[in-house]
Amino acid sequence: MEKGKGAIGSTGRRWAVDFSDNSTSRDILDPPGFSRASLDQDDSTLSRQKKDAESNWKSQKAWEVAQAPFKNLLMMGFMMWMAGNTVHLFSIGITFSALWQPISALQSVGKMFEPYKDAKVELLGPKLLFIALNLGGMALGVWKLNSLGLLPTHTSDWVSSLAPAQEVEYSGGGLNFS
Amino acid sequence: MAMAIRVFLSFLLFLSLTNLASSLYEDQVGLMDWHQQYIGKVKHAVFHTQKTGRKRVLVSTEENVVASLDLRHGEIFWRHVLGTNDVVDGIDIALGKYVITLSSGGSILRAWNLPDGQMVWESSLQGSKASKSILNIPKNLKSDKDDLILVFGKGCLHAISSIDGEVLWKKDFAGESIEVSHIIQSPEVIYVAGFVGSSKFYVYELDAKSGELLKNNHIALPFRTSGESLYVPDDKFLVLDDARSKIVTININNGDINYNQKQISDLVKDSSGQAVILPSRLPGLSALKINSQVLLIKVTNEGELAVVDKIDNTAAFSNALSISEDQHVFAFVQYEDNKIHLSIKDVNDWSRDLLKENLVIDHQRGNIEKIFINNYVRTDRSHGFRALMVMEDHSLLLVQQGEIVWSREDGLASVVDVTTSELPVEKEGVSVAKVEQNLFEWLKGHVLKLKGTLMIASPEDKIAIQKLRLGSSEKSKMTRDHNGFRKLLIVLTRAGKVFALHTGDGHIVWSITLNTLRKSEDCEHPVGLNIYQWQVPHHHALDENPSILVIGRCGPSLSAPTALSFLDAYTGKELNSLSLAHTVARVIPLPYTDSTEQRLHLIIDFNKHAHLYPRTPEASEILKHEFSNIYWYSVEADNGVIRGHALKSNCIHEVVDEYCFVFRDLWSIVFPSESEKIIATVTRKSNEVVHTQAKVMTDHDVMYKYISKNILFVANAAPKASGDIGTATPEEALLVIYIIDTVTGRILHRMTHQGCQGPVHAVFSENWVVYHYFNLRAHRHEMSVIEVYDQSRADNKDIWKFLLGKHNLTSPISSYYRPEISAKSQSYFFTHSVKAIEVTSTAKGITSKQLLIGTIGDQVLAVDKRFLDPRRTLNPSQAEKEEGIIPLTDSLPIISQSYITHSLKVEGLRGIVTVPAKLESTSLVFAYGVDLFFTQIAPSRTYDSLTEDFNYALLLLTIVALVAALFITYVLSERKDLQEKWR
Repeated sequence: MEKGKGAIGSTGRRWAVDFSDNSTSRDILDPPGFSRASLDQDDSTLSRQKKDAESNWKSQKAWEVAQAPFKNLLMMGFMMWMAGNTVHLFSIGITFSALWQPISALQSVGKMFEPYKDAKVELLGPKLLFIALNLGGMALGVWKLNSLGLLPTHTSDWVSSLAPAQEVEYSGGGLNFS
Repeated sequence: MAMAIRVFLSFLLFLSLTNLASSLYEDQVGLMDWHQQYIGKVKHAVFHTQKTGRKRVLVSTEENVVASLDLRHGEIFWRHVLGTNDVVDGIDIALGKYVITLSSGGSILRAWNLPDGQMVWESSLQGSKASKSILNIPKNLKSDKDDLILVFGKGCLHAISSIDGEVLWKKDFAGESIEVSHIIQSPEVIYVAGFVGSSKFYVYELDAKSGELLKNNHIALPFRTSGESLYVPDDKFLVLDDARSKIVTININNGDINYNQKQISDLVKDSSGQAVILPSRLPGLSALKINSQVLLIKVTNEGELAVVDKIDNTAAFSNALSISEDQHVFAFVQYEDNKIHLSIKDVNDWSRDLLKENLVIDHQRGNIEKIFINNYVRTDRSHGFRALMVMEDHSLLLVQQGEIVWSREDGLASVVDVTTSELPVEKEGVSVAKVEQNLFEWLKGHVLKLKGTLMIASPEDKIAIQKLRLGSSEKSKMTRDHNGFRKLLIVLTRAGKVFALHTGDGHIVWSITLNTLRKSEDCEHPVGLNIYQWQVPHHHALDENPSILVIGRCGPSLSAPTALSFLDAYTGKELNSLSLAHTVARVIPLPYTDSTEQRLHLIIDFNKHAHLYPRTPEASEILKHEFSNIYWYSVEADNGVIRGHALKSNCIHEVVDEYCFVFRDLWSIVFPSESEKIIATVTRKSNEVVHTQAKVMTDHDVMYKYISKNILFVANAAPKASGDIGTATPEEALLVIYIIDTVTGRILHRMTHQGCQGPVHAVFSENWVVYHYFNLRAHRHEMSVIEVYDQSRADNKDIWKFLLGKHNLTSPISSYYRPEISAKSQSYFFTHSVKAIEVTSTAKGITSKQLLIGTIGDQVLAVDKRFLDPRRTLNPSQAEKEEGIIPLTDSLPIISQSYITHSLKVEGLRGIVTVPAKLESTSLVFAYGVDLFFTQIAPSRTYDSLTEDFNYALLLLTIVALVAALFITYVLSERKDLQEKWR
């Protein structure tokens, strides 16, 4: 709500001063005692420091994001244990969400680490960890599926759909009409 | 997909576990089932029309039924079906309030209360030898206000009180070698008359009060007689000599016996044919049949004979009916150029017709076989007559004033064989008006139902709902339905008539009396044998009508001439009929059809030749192609031998017959005749569909079922113990069970039950057989199950083989591979004795099976196959429980809700037929006996369709309410949003 109002304000108002715009070509003179040069000068050292801090922060954050599925994994494991090994609505729901979550996470692995993308930040490590953890989650899901007996890992799952074999011979007969 | 099915099935199993009995609510009765009551071919009829009140006719029939019928509508007031061995010999009325029946060869006399049919008394009459049984209820024989009943049976004459059935006196004739044929009562004296040998006629005179022998007289005739004799009231007998050329009158007037004889040629000019005395009992008159002509002969008091009239083309004569003191009338029926004349005449006044009517009777009913007449007094004090007629097709008609008042199709009480046919496909172009009306009706019906669901229906509404449900026009439509519930049941009756019954409500769609099975000179005792599906058009040839093959034979012996008839299943028209030059001992429908979808049939004759039908070159070509794969086995129960045969070559008579084949014997199994006797054989139904060859065990292990159509179950009993239960001791009794491969003659499994005996009833399905027998040691009936598994396929366990398709489970199999067999079996006690066992059959064989057991009480009980599982153990593990294995009990439970006949009885139950519907969950069941019963059952409940009473209106209402709620909440939330923004 508040954001919306602000947006309406920025376009609807008659005039506005943008303090962040520090380009020199402007009508209004700089206030007395304000030196634009000095500002430009320590901006570079300050920004380097800032960038370092930011990349540190980013890589830290990236690792955090990469580790996030671990909690999920534990949670899922607990839920699965709770659901038991019988096929019913609850256990099937949990199993399928356990399978779906890692898949959707893996699909958006690039998007996930987008905010932490930086030339200096090494994202491969976190990404690999993230993928590994998610694969682990998926494995857990598949294991659960199997333990529910929903994976065709037994001969019985394959034989049931086979039609009975044809017989070569035909024999009829029996008692005579009486 | 398979996984989905498995999940689904396990879910179903779970559902079905929660409710083992699929029962019926009271208001569902008659919704999907129908029940028809019949009585069978009438043997005797007695009218009871005196006084006011309900007019009725009492009948006894060849199906051993005693019934009281409403004379106005032909409905059954009451009915008793006596056992199959309890043949009714006579029926009459005593004291004006009891119906007396004599049955079981003259040994059981029962009195039934006339209005309601309650049994009043029963007396069992002892005698020493089998003889003709005669029931005689004299009108004026009294002793102490008690009417006497005279019964002759088992060589004894009994006088029985009609009040309590007590035997007042008894006279044994077993010592004399007389064949008693008549019991005649004159006020004080009872005459017992009959032949000794074939030429001595004896008459005993007994005192009616005490049964003392007063006089014993006999006469020796100078020639042999034909045996049959007719009593002509008051004191004469007519006899024919054994050449049937002379007619003899024996007069027993005043204790003297004398006789007159007369050549038949003196009475009638053309007497070339065999003369037969008709058994109609007419005072002073007798009827003699020569060829198709009937001579009515007046017997004068002096014993002189004079021809009164000659009647041509007569069909039936009635007994005399006395309408007043001295007026006796009788009726006869005459056929004349496709017209039927019913005449009623006075015995003494021959010139006058009391009644002469033309009748119009559907020629499908055949000839009139018996006629019983009754009179009533019209308003102008003249006499009117009604006639009860028994037709050739066993139906019963009541005729009054030249009109058929009612008719009963009692031929349906003796169904011999049943098959089914689909109905025609619905044609395009249903009129709009009909749809609109239907739509309105539909809506109205559903609103009513909704009221019922919400419990706001008034009693009138409830009645309307029930009526709506029962009288749904959808049920009895003459077209195919989506679920395959509507079919034609085509039944063959003993009379040789074929009926098509609609499964919806049981009405007769068509009926036909086959010309080849009509009584004629060549065909004295025609019997219908079997009925087969001859041609079932494929789905793409829906404009063709399916056809049916009916096999009938003239007479009970195997060598009697046989006829085939081909019928159109939709219309009942006879397409073709063949009188066969060969006999028919067995018909084998082959699993091959020709290009017109006609099924190939091999008919095995008495001389062990096989004849191929249809007789077309194409059929012959098909058979040649499969020549080496066709086998045939014969069971010779009398010799204790089962033989296997294979086709060898064409028959060679004068010329080579393309369609006749001779056999070579392949194998034979000879059972030791001193210890075993074949009492039952059962094989699988040829049209049974099996869904899967694997049985999955609890640990995901697989057992391969031995699914072969070429296996035979044979039950042998020890010869000493092959009689009734109780005739043998447990030590003598033995039941041996065999499962035999009928191609190679290999005995796959053999089992003995010590101390058990038959009768054995069995049913074979998929890889299991269930049989019912009596355990003499436990004094109880038992049911056993044997499941047969194929061990030679058991090594197909590698999952990679399946993934890569490298298994041989679907390749054709041959019995000559000698598969290794293992069998599992288990026995359970069962309370009832059984008349028939069947198993449900469904379209794809996925649905679990139920056994349908026709109990001794003439009901059909559905027992889940899971109760008859050889793997049941005392303490099933959790996994086994999940699979649906029930803990072991020693006896099978009988859940009263699982009687599919609910409160009804299928009297005289003889057979149960199951037919798959198109809907996988549902099986159609038809049970027949004296009654017919049809219902639909769903062994695993109707998992693939909504139930009939599903409330569409409620669903619609819910959806409408939800949509409305959605809309309203949307509008409300929009409004709230707006207000929020303005704040």
